[in-house]
Amino acid sequence: MNTLIFRTIAPYLTSLMVLFSIFVLLRGHNEPGGGFIGGLIAASAFAIYGIACGVSPVRRAIYFHPLGIAGFGLVLATLSGMLSVFFHVPFMTGLWGYVPIFEENVPVSTVLFFDIGVYFVVVGAITSVALALEERSRD
Amino acid sequence: MEILMALLVGVFFSVAVYLFLSRHIIRMLLGAAVLGNAVNLLIFTSGRLTPEAPPIIATGPAGTAEIMANPLPQALILTAIVISFSFFAFLLVLTYRAYQELETDDTDEMRFAEPRGQTLPPLEY
Amino acid sequence: MNADSSWVTLLVMLSPFIAAFFAPALTRLLKHNAAWALALVPALIFVHFSSFAPRIADGGVVTGGFQWVPSFNVNFSWYVDGLSLTFALLISGIGALIVLYSGGYLKNNENLGRFFSFILMFMGSMLGLVLSDSFLMFFVYWELTSITSFLLIGFDHTRAASRRAAIQALIVTGGGGLLLLAGLLLIWNVTGLTEMSLLLRSGDLLRESPFYLAIFVLVLGGAFTKSAQFPLHFWLPNAMEAPTPVSAYLHSATMVKAGVYLLMRLNPVLGDTAPWETVLPIFGGATLIVGTLLAIRQTDLKLMLAYTTVASLGLLVLLTGFGTEMAIVGGVLYLIAHSMFKGALFMVAGSIDHSAGTRDINRLGGLMRIMPITFGAAIVSAVSMAGIWPMFGFLAKEELYLGLFATQSWSLLMTAVAFVGNGLMFAVGFAVALKPFLGKLKADSDHPHESHILIWLGPAVLAALSFLTALFSSLTHHFLSSPMATAVAGDTVSVYISLVPHFGAPLLLSIATIIFGIIVYLVLGSARALMARILDAIGWGPDRGFDQFVNGIVRLSFMVTGWHQSGRMENYMKATFILVAATILLPMVLNGELPAWPAVSTQVQFYELAIMAIAAIGLLAVLQAKNRLTAIVSLGIQGFAVALIFMLYGAPDLSFTQFMVETLSVVILALAMTRLRLLPTDHRPMRETIVDATIAIICGLAFVLMLLRVVQVPFDPTLSEFFKQYSLSIAHGANIVNVILVDFRGTDTWGEIAVVLIAGLAIHALIRIRFGSRRGEIAANEPTE
Repeated sequence: MNTLIFRTIAPYLTSLMVLFSIFVLLRGHNEPGGGFIGGLIAASAFAIYGIACGVSPVRRAIYFHPLGIAGFGLVLATLSGMLSVFFHVPFMTGLWGYVPIFEENVPVSTVLFFDIGVYFVVVGAITSVALALEERSRD
Repeated sequence: MEILMALLVGVFFSVAVYLFLSRHIIRMLLGAAVLGNAVNLLIFTSGRLTPEAPPIIATGPAGTAEIMANPLPQALILTAIVISFSFFAFLLVLTYRAYQELETDDTDEMRFAEPRGQTLPPLEY
Repeated sequence: MNADSSWVTLLVMLSPFIAAFFAPALTRLLKHNAAWALALVPALIFVHFSSFAPRIADGGVVTGGFQWVPSFNVNFSWYVDGLSLTFALLISGIGALIVLYSGGYLKNNENLGRFFSFILMFMGSMLGLVLSDSFLMFFVYWELTSITSFLLIGFDHTRAASRRAAIQALIVTGGGGLLLLAGLLLIWNVTGLTEMSLLLRSGDLLRESPFYLAIFVLVLGGAFTKSAQFPLHFWLPNAMEAPTPVSAYLHSATMVKAGVYLLMRLNPVLGDTAPWETVLPIFGGATLIVGTLLAIRQTDLKLMLAYTTVASLGLLVLLTGFGTEMAIVGGVLYLIAHSMFKGALFMVAGSIDHSAGTRDINRLGGLMRIMPITFGAAIVSAVSMAGIWPMFGFLAKEELYLGLFATQSWSLLMTAVAFVGNGLMFAVGFAVALKPFLGKLKADSDHPHESHILIWLGPAVLAALSFLTALFSSLTHHFLSSPMATAVAGDTVSVYISLVPHFGAPLLLSIATIIFGIIVYLVLGSARALMARILDAIGWGPDRGFDQFVNGIVRLSFMVTGWHQSGRMENYMKATFILVAATILLPMVLNGELPAWPAVSTQVQFYELAIMAIAAIGLLAVLQAKNRLTAIVSLGIQGFAVALIFMLYGAPDLSFTQFMVETLSVVILALAMTRLRLLPTDHRPMRETIVDATIAIICGLAFVLMLLRVVQVPFDPTLSEFFKQYSLSIAHGANIVNVILVDFRGTDTWGEIAVVLIAGLAIHALIRIRFGSRRGEIAANEPTE
């Protein structure tokens, strides 16, 4: 698996896949996609990068510990659920607002942040597993 | 179509169960992976099959199609897939570690918790 | 009773528990002198209940309480009549003396604070037991006395004998408690009443019930275990492993009388029937005789007293069940007398042990000069126990002979039993009170000494009371005996016996008892040797039977565990999957819910068939995989086939997810498998293959049938329609699946991602933690051949 071609294209492939995963995540509310799928795509991207170039470049590239990312995702999801408390509605009630960017009203919602939280949990947890196993299979 | 799917689900379950009944922990692991798919297909089929109509509401002027797939089992299965994958990964690592520590993949020889030839517990007070 | 005094009584009932909470801290502060402070609690309880005495002596009762569980008609309520009052005064009065005595007896014990705590908790439980009006409260307190007794017997928990005695007492009295619970529930069902006070006014309701015999047996089960009736008496002598204050308080003066209390309490509603008046005297009489005979056998002061306590409890049961009013009065007087003299004698035995260093009667002697106060208390109590003028015991013995004696054969038999029992108890009582004090000085300790005031105060006060209550018998009868006898008999009884002897059969019987007792006392040594020989010849007793019973349970559970927990994974798996198949198939077959034979569909497209075939081939390849690569690849094939199925039937989200998951599965499987060995054969012998395949096929068939049945019933689209309708309008999302995940059922998803995270953490931990020397432990865990 450690061929030159694979090693050369892996960084580009990974970046593309991560970009695609974010696209899939953001369009998830109206088209097929969402946090789970996006997270899995991104996690596969890191796994591929790890297989091609070794684990330490991946760890350097994502900077945070993967489980830290997962933990951040869970906190983000929880907070976006709890935001509803300040509006006197039950936990996890979706709240919607519109932010004008360049004359276009972009919808922003707690639901979106919740889905981003899901994304981070899946990316973090699964990348952590994949990287750990890759490390073990090398030593 | 549901009939064929039912039979296929049966095959999935049979294979999963047969693999689970093996003494080899690796085969049990494969069984766990198959079992996840078996259950997902079971739920999916119970919610009825609707060919090629994803549960996405058309927002354009064309309006919403009358027939669309049942979204509820899909939502259930989506999380089930991810969770059964996490679970599978956990089992895999557990197997791997158990194999490393105990140097066997035969469940009959993994006897750390239930050693052979246990003696009576103490009878004093 | 008005609300304010209700609160006072509630506080008084709870005060021992409150004191128990603070006792350890107080004891750390004041050392053994904390006894003086803690004894104030029972003393105040005594004063509080004394204030009820005039009202109750005039024939009144004191009741009060609070609602507890109104929906079940269960209250926290109390009912104080003559019987409860006498018990409450004995518990609190003797309790105060015992607390003081404990302070002296366990002066240098580092766990004294805990001891005070336990004994106060017991006091609170016992008090609650005798005051309870509601059945539930009565039962709770009854069990609490068993539990606190367990704690106190096992106080010296480093000794195996203590632990055994504690467990034995708990099992016997706790088992009896369960019978009692059943009995009380049955009474509740029969009468619809949940309170003693109402039950006592129910007249013949219980006696005429078809369940009378069942209630009778269950109540006796509770009473006989608690009050140590033969053949369940064995736990009481073993309970002497407890420190002496416990023996004096729980196992002679109060707790063991709870069974007698129960019988006396229910006498008005359960008594006066043929079973009651036959079973109680027979068991009571047998206990009396066995107890006294075994007492003669002993040389340990505490054990001698313990067996006479068993005997006295037998006598009380006999008198309660005999049926005449005089016998009940005799029982009432004997109960009061016994609490005073036996409590005192136990404390004396403890003092002797404390001072001389032994309780063995053959190694004691000549302590009279050294311990004059203790000796005085011992003599007075022994005189009362022997029923000699002028102590309270004399009144009790006169009255009980008066009650039992008549010229019918049954009465004569019971009189004879009581006569023999009293004579033997006379001998044992004086052996305890005289032998350690007379003769030449013998002691194990270097410096036998008179005890600390905390130790001699209790026996001295009780001994003095044995005399004073007899001297002022009219007062005692007015405030205690008559109200109590009235409560037990169920109609008004006046007790008037006094120290002025009147001539008649009872007096002659008393004198004969004394002569018989003196003779036994003189030949005690040879009587003891004779009893020892007889018991050795019998060899087996209920005490050993208890051990056999407990060991039998351990062996049985070991056998059962070994049978169904074989330690073979495949057996567990087989059982699980057979159960799965049975759970699905049995209800379908039994309820006639099997699916109809499906019509063959003609609209199957070729590509649908092809995908299913791929899935099936992938599965079979997994089964047959002979090496890692085949296994991984074929697992991937079936997974991708599933993804295609999702794609075909309108589930793009599922399809993508499944694709990604299968890819990742293959990747991590490949990573981990490099280190795992997959043997080419499954090494299952043919026979097992057939069995396993049968189970697997039946399981698969079960799911096929279930699924066919499910798709044959009309589909209920309510929920799905709801989501379709509101997904865009409420949740602003067109992708319904995603909306369900992140909005409608967001909390579920939240829990699920938490699971994913936890799985990630667990895997991380599993990979990172190294088990170092684990292999050595595994080897150590293997049994050595």
